[in-house]
Amino acid sequence: MELYELSLEQASDLMKKGEITSVELTRALLDRIGRYDDQIRAFITVDEANALEQARQADERLAQGNAPAGCGIPIALKDLICTQGVKTTCGSKILENFIPQYDATVVSKLRDAGAVMIGKLNMDEFAMGSSNENSAFFQTRNPWNTAHVPGGSSGGSAAAVASRFCSAALGSDTGGSIRQPGSHCGVVGLKPTYGRVSRFGLVSYASSLDQIGPITRNVKDAAIMMNMICGHDPKDSTSAKVDAPDFTTALGEYDTHGLKGMTIGIPREYFEVEGIDPDVASTFEQAKHVLEDLGARVIDISLPHAKYVVAAYYIIAPCEASANLARFDGVRYGLRDTSSNDLIDMYRQTKSKGFGQEVQNRIIIGTYALSAGYYDAYYGRASKVRTLIMGDFNSAFESCDVVLSPVAPTPAFKLGENTDDPLTMYLSDIFTLSANMAGIPGISVPAGFSSNRLPIGVQLMARRFDEMSLLRAGYGLEKTMALGPAFPTL
Amino acid sequence: MKITTDDVEKIAHLARLEVDDTRKEKMAEQISRILQYIDTLKEADVEGVNLLSDAAFQTNVMREDETGTPCGPDITLANAPERDEDFYVVPNVVK
Repeated sequence: MELYELSLEQASDLMKKGEITSVELTRALLDRIGRYDDQIRAFITVDEANALEQARQADERLAQGNAPAGCGIPIALKDLICTQGVKTTCGSKILENFIPQYDATVVSKLRDAGAVMIGKLNMDEFAMGSSNENSAFFQTRNPWNTAHVPGGSSGGSAAAVASRFCSAALGSDTGGSIRQPGSHCGVVGLKPTYGRVSRFGLVSYASSLDQIGPITRNVKDAAIMMNMICGHDPKDSTSAKVDAPDFTTALGEYDTHGLKGMTIGIPREYFEVEGIDPDVASTFEQAKHVLEDLGARVIDISLPHAKYVVAAYYIIAPCEASANLARFDGVRYGLRDTSSNDLIDMYRQTKSKGFGQEVQNRIIIGTYALSAGYYDAYYGRASKVRTLIMGDFNSAFESCDVVLSPVAPTPAFKLGENTDDPLTMYLSDIFTLSANMAGIPGISVPAGFSSNRLPIGVQLMARRFDEMSLLRAGYGLEKTMALGPAFPTL
Repeated sequence: MKITTDDVEKIAHLARLEVDDTRKEKMAEQISRILQYIDTLKEADVEGVNLLSDAAFQTNVMREDETGTPCGPDITLANAPERDEDFYVVPNVVK
């Protein structure tokens, strides 16, 4: 077995036993990036020098014993998570040369645990997109078939984990941006409960929906990552004062009890969604039967307001984005256009040259929806619909523990297939947006392949702060659904 | 809701964006399609429904009013496109 094939858990165990070192593993992954990332283009920045130095330090800690889980593990970060002294671009020209002066809380936590920060990953600009085609720099490709997109917006994160360029990655999920690329690249993507993981140092897109989470090679690694990044943070006022459990115990729960006592809900409204690929539908059916075979009870549930989710999201998110992105004005950081001597004109030129088309579209929609006379009709109404969507889930969770759904209506589409039609791209987010709107956790677990060998995942969602049920059921799915070669040949 | 190229120009000004003429039409068309789709929200019955501004918490978050250590001008201004000692420099505001 090659070093790059080791899961986070396996690598961590071997390091603790002294059978491999962090420097060896980091070196092996850096070599693999050097050899294959030309094809995939997952990384915006590969931080070789710092990574090797961090690996040396981790090896010292490991040698002393008592190193925490994850010590010495090479992790890559979506390029909107601030890293002190390392460029953080958000996939945008406006932040092309931005070097944060502080670490995001998740980065501090990873550093404290002794993790190795191997590099920063490509993404749709400011996390707006479902294909990575909105990166201002280059296109990341799906490692299973490079003619296809990796999904988005954390497409670089999912592609890097699938390509075995890092042991695990962090992404962010505002409307499916961890789960959808996870599904498209055949890796596990977990969006924690809103408030579970600190957002301090995450460049904001839509603050009431954004959440950082892990993208990993398997469910157990996701649990280990959760142990490393969760917890209350006084620097984020929306961070929850809730104790984090040891997430790996959810897997032991599965090993002892299977899924006995767990009830899985299938929302009947999701069968009315148009354009579901037959391979996605059959993978979903298989997953349903597997969960049943493992001892879960599967019931029919209703989410009556599901049909409004996309419309409500594409008001709320752009409204918040239009406010959040106002800060990029060429004064304090980022790009400044110097062609004008007039302040207002400087703002206008800077933003128009710095932001890509999709970001500008969303700023325009958000500004319009929040402008005088339209607030009640758009933002007000969308926020009330959001309340109804949360109510749907509250009712559903009275009769079930976990909701099962597809992640995306189709496997990864081809590059360029949807670029001229933002609305079609928005509609493909139908299954993932709800978890953000309701603030609940969701996981995407690989469950099968399409007829043309592209990965297909299924999604599980649970009550707020019940990631344990997701990990338990997800682990069951992963162990039971044989997927053949677990990673693509590059 | 259909928006025109004039609307795009007006909103772009509010958002401090400069949209050139070649893109205005495409933007108006794309955004109109999106807003037409968003009009499905009008069918939802929201009579008497509370407005949620936050998915998680309805309570205000307070902290102790304690003095911290400020990071100082060198860190604060480290990414300034243009600075003069401890100040950001911007184009003339008063002509």
